Amino acid sequence: MTTFSEPAAAPNKQEAAKARSRSLWSGILFGLGCVAFIDEVVFHQLLHWHHFYDKSTTAVGLVSDGVFHAFSWFATVASLFMLADLRRRRALFAARWWGGLLLGGGFFQLYDGIVQHKLMGLHQIRYGVDLTAYDWTWNTAAVVLLVAGVIVTFRTRGEVPASGGKDRD
Amino acid sequence: MNHLEETVNLQTVHSMHNHGAGSSGFDAGFGIPGGLTDMLPLLLAAVLPIAAYLTAVVLTNRRYKRWPIRRSLLGCTGILLSAAAVAGPLAEASHHNFTLHMLGHLLLGMLGPLLIVLSAPAALLLRSLPRRQARMLSLLLRSRAAAFLTHPITASVLNMGGLWLLYATGLFAAMHTSPILYALVHLHVFAAGYLFTAALIPVDPAPHRTSFPLRAAVMIAAFASHGILGKFLYAYPPAGVVPEDAKRGAQLMYYGGDAVDLLLILLFCSAWYRQSARTYLRSSPTVLQDGYRRSVRNPGKEGIHD
Repeated sequence: MTTFSEPAAAPNKQEAAKARSRSLWSGILFGLGCVAFIDEVVFHQLLHWHHFYDKSTTAVGLVSDGVFHAFSWFATVASLFMLADLRRRRALFAARWWGGLLLGGGFFQLYDGIVQHKLMGLHQIRYGVDLTAYDWTWNTAAVVLLVAGVIVTFRTRGEVPASGGKDRD
Repeated sequence: MNHLEETVNLQTVHSMHNHGAGSSGFDAGFGIPGGLTDMLPLLLAAVLPIAAYLTAVVLTNRRYKRWPIRRSLLGCTGILLSAAAVAGPLAEASHHNFTLHMLGHLLLGMLGPLLIVLSAPAALLLRSLPRRQARMLSLLLRSRAAAFLTHPITASVLNMGGLWLLYATGLFAAMHTSPILYALVHLHVFAAGYLFTAALIPVDPAPHRTSFPLRAAVMIAAFASHGILGKFLYAYPPAGVVPEDAKRGAQLMYYGGDAVDLLLILLFCSAWYRQSARTYLRSSPTVLQDGYRRSVRNPGKEGIHD
């Protein structure tokens, strides 16, 4: 197991802070992309609960959906390249990455559930049923992820790097 | 907006397709579908650019380092796919079917240009030209006009703006009654698609290369615009397109676009990954590690390696 200070990067505080923040952001982006991906695959394609387009969709809802869709598509891939880069530099803070994952996932789930589904009326979770239970489950799950993310992120704020890019080949 | 009123006269459209497609003028519309007669316009449209590319490869291989076969394959496939959208059976059928029109659009504006960009045509042209002309081309590429045109923002405005004009105004219907308009629109879709791709993932010499964050932001904005247009088309079909066909075409645009976008994102990110290794290596040369050495030794496609 390698630590940050040997032999790779200089045991430099600034460098460590940068790596810590990058680990967090890579996690956040991946969490966001993951939730968006699950949303698309499970709810749109497999269950067919969500609709491609819903008559009540507003212009602002359409734009918000388009931007989030494009962003999450990019974020999923980019965050994994960031992760690979951090491992290569032996500068990955693994726990912090997981914290970011929960944060990003929870944030997007909550944004989707409250802002996109409810405020912008983009589409609903499911059609032809009483939505109350669905909406509560959706948003409670989001809050749980988000709170867990905040706790992990807070507790790892001074962490030293874990086994990031340990002994390869 | 006025959507459903106007219906394109398909017979008229059909009889003028060949001029519009800018191909040989050979009328393939009445042959056996998928037969040789139908394929002929496509082959004629693709044969010239493919021959030019391969001739340049063979001739310059005598003087310079061998041109990678991978690039030749990418180039020929890209040309063939792009040509399929404007000549031959697919181009034919896309006059009557919006979903097939959209398939053609994905080939002509996205996948075809991407493959051609990856085949580095400008680098090939530079080593094919006599020294004086090559120098002139190189100056042209370095000019401020080229910097403007190949800037990611310009390229994506040309690309996405063109698409919104085509599908959200009466241009789509107008294009099917005017062969000149038809040719211009298709030329624009290809050229703008090429510029856009080249601006985001430069393979050829790119003297005005912009930063990764700028390119990432432009990329996300353009992808978003493409997806929004897809959903917009789902709700508001262009004049003359029946709603069912429009819905299928719009979803093909959305998901097909996502698939090509994913390729672009992967290429973009792996260019960043290689670049990042090089920057890090420069700033801290004492921390060489295997991973770095490998990726620096094979820096891949960011730049020209002749």
